[in-house]
Amino acid sequence: MTRLAVEGLTIRLPKGADRPHAIEDVTLSVAAGEILCVVGESGSGKSVTASAAMGLLAPGLAIAQGSMTLSGEDLRAKSPEAWRAIRGRRIAMVFQEPMTALNPLMTVGRQIGEMWRVHMGLDAREAERRALAALRGVNLPDPEGALRAFPHELSGGQRQRVMIAMALALEPEVLICDEPTTALDVTTQAQVLALIKELQRRHGTAVMFITHDFGVVAEIADRVAVMRLGRVVEEGTAREVLTAPQHEYTRALLRAVPALAPPVPRALSPDPVLEIRGLTKTYVSRGLFRRRKPVRALDAVSVTLRRGATLAVVGESGSGKSTLARCVVGLLGSEGGEIRIDGAPLPTRRRDAARLVQMVFQDPYASLNPRRRAGAQVAQGPIAAGTPRAQALRDARALFAMVGLDPEAVNRYPHEFSGGQRQRIGIARALAMKPTVLVADEPVSALDVSVQAQVLALLRELQDRLGLSILFITHDLRVAAQLSDEVAVMRNGVVEEAGPIGEVFAAPRSDYTRSLIAAIPGRAMFAG
Amino acid sequence: MRALKAYLRSPAALIGSVILLAVLVMGLGAAWFYPNDPLGLAGRPLQWPGQNPRFPLGTDPSGRDIAAQIVHGARISLLIGFVATSIAVVIGIAIGSLSGFYGGVVDTVLMRVTEAFQTLPNFLLLLVLVAVFGSTIHTVTIAIGIVSWPPVARLTRAEFMTLRTRDFVQASRVQGLGDAHLILREVLPNALPPVIVYASVVMAVAILLESALAFLQLSDPNVPSWGNLIGLGRNVLRSEWYVSAIPGLAILLTILGVSLVGQGLNDALNPRLASGR
Repeated sequence: MTRLAVEGLTIRLPKGADRPHAIEDVTLSVAAGEILCVVGESGSGKSVTASAAMGLLAPGLAIAQGSMTLSGEDLRAKSPEAWRAIRGRRIAMVFQEPMTALNPLMTVGRQIGEMWRVHMGLDAREAERRALAALRGVNLPDPEGALRAFPHELSGGQRQRVMIAMALALEPEVLICDEPTTALDVTTQAQVLALIKELQRRHGTAVMFITHDFGVVAEIADRVAVMRLGRVVEEGTAREVLTAPQHEYTRALLRAVPALAPPVPRALSPDPVLEIRGLTKTYVSRGLFRRRKPVRALDAVSVTLRRGATLAVVGESGSGKSTLARCVVGLLGSEGGEIRIDGAPLPTRRRDAARLVQMVFQDPYASLNPRRRAGAQVAQGPIAAGTPRAQALRDARALFAMVGLDPEAVNRYPHEFSGGQRQRIGIARALAMKPTVLVADEPVSALDVSVQAQVLALLRELQDRLGLSILFITHDLRVAAQLSDEVAVMRNGVVEEAGPIGEVFAAPRSDYTRSLIAAIPGRAMFAG
Repeated sequence: MRALKAYLRSPAALIGSVILLAVLVMGLGAAWFYPNDPLGLAGRPLQWPGQNPRFPLGTDPSGRDIAAQIVHGARISLLIGFVATSIAVVIGIAIGSLSGFYGGVVDTVLMRVTEAFQTLPNFLLLLVLVAVFGSTIHTVTIAIGIVSWPPVARLTRAEFMTLRTRDFVQASRVQGLGDAHLILREVLPNALPPVIVYASVVMAVAILLESALAFLQLSDPNVPSWGNLIGLGRNVLRSEWYVSAIPGLAILLTILGVSLVGQGLNDALNPRLASGR
């Protein structure tokens, strides 16, 4: 039985956009007990399709033609009041960014409980009991603590699990998931995917699942629709689309999915360039009312990066991998242990440390100053270190060329670049200081698969050319496999396992590593 | 560029700009419109507007031309507005940015100072300053600037606190750039838009504060300010109310102009907030 049907839907973009329509003539349907994956890269119109089905089109967008029905009822004719009754109860949505979807001033428990209190009139006590059960159901590590926590006190992954618990609370007919697992760890992602599948089977929910990740598609989809620039270019059962793609674009996307095959081992220099010994860092929540215990983000962490090699630090959210990265570049201090670069301890003076270690940040949109020219941001480090201004700007142009950008683009502002190009600027900025060690903190996790592949290829090429030593922080084992020589697996601030990446992947010693590998979505499909 | 376009598209901003421009022309052209001393005796006191064609807006209790005082007063009011606002914004940004950027002890100390200023009612503090340092136009302007900075500091501090942890600031830190660069080049340009918008409020309040002082005859009596004129009209308020009403209207229009420009700036600089209107 068809639950949600979209027919010939065309949505107009406001004047002055890069194209006239956000989506054009899109026809999709989801039946009860079915999972439809809508796949596409950024700008494909997949999220607009989802928000149209929720009656939540952004201002400026308007439906030009087409129809939408929920179990046979015309959705386009619904008043705002009627929509309110539908949303949450009959169509629920899990958003991409959980922090903005949660009320920062309410405890998680009250927010989830509100679903039952408002829609079903249950009392506070019963609502809290159900909220606790819901949080258990989405595998939060400390459900009782989470119940009393405020959204900002949870990690991104934990917040998204709370969102999913809320969306599933009233067991809706249709569940729309807009990249719900993109921000999650692999093991959590596997659990959440399993959870969505289980609920969908149990209650016959129709699920429309928006994603850019073909691994996730292979895990969960019954049917797949591939979107590109606002149109559905290919639709079919998961098996058909994944094994025998008809459209050239689908084939290109599938090719860009990184395989989980570690690269051929290279001869590594025995010479360590970055040594971290017994590094310890604790976060203490200050204030009068401490609800949570101090968190040990790094617990006697010891890893070594060899000269000219790449060490991947892999871990889930809260494993301490980003804390490690920030300690290494000197953004965070530590309580114990030491960081040595080229045998000498990391200098505490910012300017001295800058010459030894540089960082590429995760979010290419947040890591560039929107009000300054791209070239100036690349050149400013060397200028501060004493390079003459003209020389530094010349170098910036050369660096732009080196990372595959037009050297003339130094005069442009960040908003004139795409995400992938911005990340190239971030890399150029780091390389401008000619660092001994490059720390890359999830440099590709905010990018589309095809762009991801390009940026990884660039990093690899730069490493070969400049002999870079890279500390590569990632949550994605497939990405780690693309680039790394060695890997350290972290969990709760402790290094669980370390060694050459081929060995660790082929014969993991720790159970945790095994579970991480097992959780990679679409592993069977994209074994490589 | 985009902000300028958005600004020109807002009717509020256009009306405000026209009013402010008119006041500005009045102030700048004062010497040309009324070359004689506006505080000099011109005719019989307390002539109603229109009574004598030589004095279109009438004369005040001392027999001075009200129209001349209004035109010359525009210069004084704008001057007080701009200078006092600049003082308040500079002090506010300096304190707010240091406080927000460094946090910790620096923040605690600077914010206690700010609160000390804020807990005193603005106007009382202004009266004290004028009583202590005298009431020349310079001291009055500086005193208004000094009592107006705390909200600017708080606003700047709040912006700095969210911006200082952004990745692009961290990236510059990793590049080895000093705190001065981080504050002035990275954070401040991004923190400015709301502060600029708020500056228009400060300016309106500064003009009002001066008139309030003048109403109590505590402002500089040797300059032809609108406030002074209102103060002069106080004694004849019930019979010759126009003496106070005309400069009052001038103040009202100017402040309206400043506020409309402020709103236009707000719409232009924070386009996401404006779309909801």
